[in-house]
Amino acid sequence: MSASVHGVVPRWIGLSIRLGVCLSICLGLLSACGRTSSDLVVYSARNEQLIKPIFDRYTAQTGRTIKLITDDAGPLIERLAAEGANSPADLLLTVDAGVLWHAAERGLLRPIDSPILNANIPEHLRDPENRWFALSVRARTIVYSTERVQPQDLDTYESLTDEKWRGRLCLRSSKSVYNQSLVAMLIAQHGEEKTEQIVRGWVANLATPEFANDTLLMEAIIAGQCDVGIVNTYYYGRLQADRPELPLKLFWPDQQGAGVHVNVSGAGVTAHAPRADQARALLEWLSRQEAQTMIGAMDKEYPASPAVAPDPMVASWGTFRESPLNVAHAGELQPAAVRLMDRARYR
Amino acid sequence: MNAAIQSEGVPSARAQARYRPGFLLAALLCLPALVPLLVILSALVPLLVILSALVPLLVILSALVTPEVEVWSHLSRHVLPHVLVNTAALLAGVAILAGVLGTTLAWLTALCDFPGRRWLEWALVLPLAIPAYVLAFVAIGFLDYAGPLQSWLRATFGSSYWVPAIRSRGGVILILSLALYPYVYLLARSAFLTQGRHVLEAAQILGYGRMRAAWRVALPMARPWIAAGLALVCMETLADFGAVSIFNYDTFTTAIYRAWFGMFSVHAALELGAILLLFVLGALMLDRRSRGGMRFASARDLGQTSRRLKLSGATGWVAAVYASLVTALAFALPVLQLLWWTLKRAASDLDSRYWGFVANTVMLAASAAVVIVGASLALAYLLRRPHGRALDALVRLATLGYAVPGTVLAVGIIVPLVSLNNLLQKGLHAWLGPDSPSILLQGTLLGVLLAYMARFLAVGFNPVESGLQRITQSLDEAGIGMGVTGHALVRRVHMPLLRTSLLSAAILVFVDVMKEMPITLITRPFGWDTLAVRIFEMTAIGEWERAALPAVAIVLVGLIPAAMLTRGGGHVA
Repeated sequence: MSASVHGVVPRWIGLSIRLGVCLSICLGLLSACGRTSSDLVVYSARNEQLIKPIFDRYTAQTGRTIKLITDDAGPLIERLAAEGANSPADLLLTVDAGVLWHAAERGLLRPIDSPILNANIPEHLRDPENRWFALSVRARTIVYSTERVQPQDLDTYESLTDEKWRGRLCLRSSKSVYNQSLVAMLIAQHGEEKTEQIVRGWVANLATPEFANDTLLMEAIIAGQCDVGIVNTYYYGRLQADRPELPLKLFWPDQQGAGVHVNVSGAGVTAHAPRADQARALLEWLSRQEAQTMIGAMDKEYPASPAVAPDPMVASWGTFRESPLNVAHAGELQPAAVRLMDRARYR
Repeated sequence: MNAAIQSEGVPSARAQARYRPGFLLAALLCLPALVPLLVILSALVPLLVILSALVPLLVILSALVTPEVEVWSHLSRHVLPHVLVNTAALLAGVAILAGVLGTTLAWLTALCDFPGRRWLEWALVLPLAIPAYVLAFVAIGFLDYAGPLQSWLRATFGSSYWVPAIRSRGGVILILSLALYPYVYLLARSAFLTQGRHVLEAAQILGYGRMRAAWRVALPMARPWIAAGLALVCMETLADFGAVSIFNYDTFTTAIYRAWFGMFSVHAALELGAILLLFVLGALMLDRRSRGGMRFASARDLGQTSRRLKLSGATGWVAAVYASLVTALAFALPVLQLLWWTLKRAASDLDSRYWGFVANTVMLAASAAVVIVGASLALAYLLRRPHGRALDALVRLATLGYAVPGTVLAVGIIVPLVSLNNLLQKGLHAWLGPDSPSILLQGTLLGVLLAYMARFLAVGFNPVESGLQRITQSLDEAGIGMGVTGHALVRRVHMPLLRTSLLSAAILVFVDVMKEMPITLITRPFGWDTLAVRIFEMTAIGEWERAALPAVAIVLVGLIPAAMLTRGGGHVA
């Protein structure tokens, strides 16, 4: 009996009409959204609350408004690549040098020849071809329990493979881009073979499986699950802001050798930026004193411009010698680093 | 309550008088113009529905054709074996645990009576509102070595090493099961409620014992629902990224992310995604085949004559404790922890923008629910009429988006969407010249809804289809025999029977969209931040405690549909 089948057909009328209405409403919205505007458009992998206040200051000073889309760097870069010449984006902002290198490799960023940027941002913190520039520096260093570790026992990243740290080391997951770039820099320094030994040594010393983030790792050290770890300094800063009497301290490794590993958050003007001049102006403004101070204070990072003093809390952790290697290497060697960590079963 | 539901199936003279003449006249007048249009439209609508869900999948599958040799040999040696074992173990563990939890709880609350049942049957739906990644970070924050529980144990007893590690395979399975069992619970419960205690009684009259009646009759009859729920659970488990990465548990999803973000090989990422899809497709085929020859019917519950099975004394209390324990672990405790964190942070974070986030979230979730359930209904009806295998396969394929990790699917969506946009832009340029306005399809609500369709079609389609499966041909024939045909048959016979399924589908979609992160992030229009986007902003920088406020807001908004569900769909008691 197919009568029930015919019974279904009238539903299509209503359904189609409703779908049609929905479509036209959306198309109406679409045309409203589509008007070309003078707003700068920023694709940002840096968090809204860590960048919006700075943009607000820029708007207040210059009257230029900024539209912000935040997401992880990967999807943003894919979106940028797909949009091609029609992309509304003017500036790409990320929290890792590797993805900036990757975006530049794919031709998504344009070179900016700016005396201001060249003067403010040191050479090893920008692209050799000037397609992106660091805005802040993120140091990845050793953290230790002041109750159970003497600082003189610590030395370099690779010294954490030592027998005496067996069952006392905590690490964050190798999925963290900060660890990937740390290992990439170790490869640049020591070559793959030696680096693989280092990573295997770390894994052998682990007290507990790898953590999902630096904060959990430091809390494990406080609780006594392990004694040393490797973290980005601003996570330590956040914890210290909450609890001033933290039984943890930062140690600057390899001061006689290669120096502390640093990553950067940075930005570049997109290849097809509709408002490239404005984007460049914003980038230059971001490299200047005021913005640099704000960036540094907001998340307890180090300003990229060496002329700008860090936040007082950050300054209290002491000064250190950072690795002079160009951070672009982190991107270049990152795939190799990931494969190496896979081989070493660093999860 | 029962009488009310019953009466919906009975035609009322007044309604007939209101609808018939006007509708007939209009239909008669418009018929010549409408019929060809309708034919075209009816062919187009399902095609569009299917296409919008299919395109992203095709983009992903096309990656299989051109493998990257170097990356691939690394993955197959050092990544795949480990990841395959982990994924299979997780999938099996979650399917079993969530399946058992969901089915037994549905059984108890739908067919039995025990102390606190009225509360618990409602409360057991609530964990649906808690995203799995939120449950995961709450669990680790509370139960890990540095958390308050173990710290207290160490302070009191001097050691906590005997406590099983939460960051372990067992831990992930437990947390994902607690987060996902409501899918099975909801659907199985709707099955037990609609098939009625009648069936059980009939079986008992025929000489089956109570347990045997359950095992041999009620459970098999509920199978399409339980399977539909389990399919959702499995797909969600396969696609989960948030929870497993908080546990640092390597699965297919994390391998995909690693290939993409770590090795900058979108290609390898899409390849892994495609393999994952093939697995899911295979599993679904197996399930279809095993259910192939079966037919399912439903009986209306006549309430007055059949009673809930009274669990008295100890049995009743065991049931009550079991149900309360699940509610506590999956909902009450995590929400308390979230509230505690929220209180610490709300003063600085709660501002007027939150109403905007809530409004955006509800608006997106509600429109997605309407569109997706509508499309699911249309597809389910299409599958009901005689059709070829191709249509079957096409629809099956269109529901696979749910098993794909969100970010991968987001790329699968944004690429064709942007291409379409670029094409439109080109046409506009040719038409209006260089001054033509620029269009931005990828940043509009249309784009977001198309993307949700690709992801959540399964969530709408599975419950609707299982619901429709139980409306048998003979029921239609009986209706037709009584002169109820066409639209009236659908409206007066099908709709009342489908109500629970439709409502379940709509609410599942609503809640799922509300929790969704990667697709919302990449396709949302400028400034369209939702609660899930807020959670992303906080967790991305490791500020778990500040993510509690938007998480609590999601739970609160999610309570509304959860309440609707149990009140609208369930109380046949």
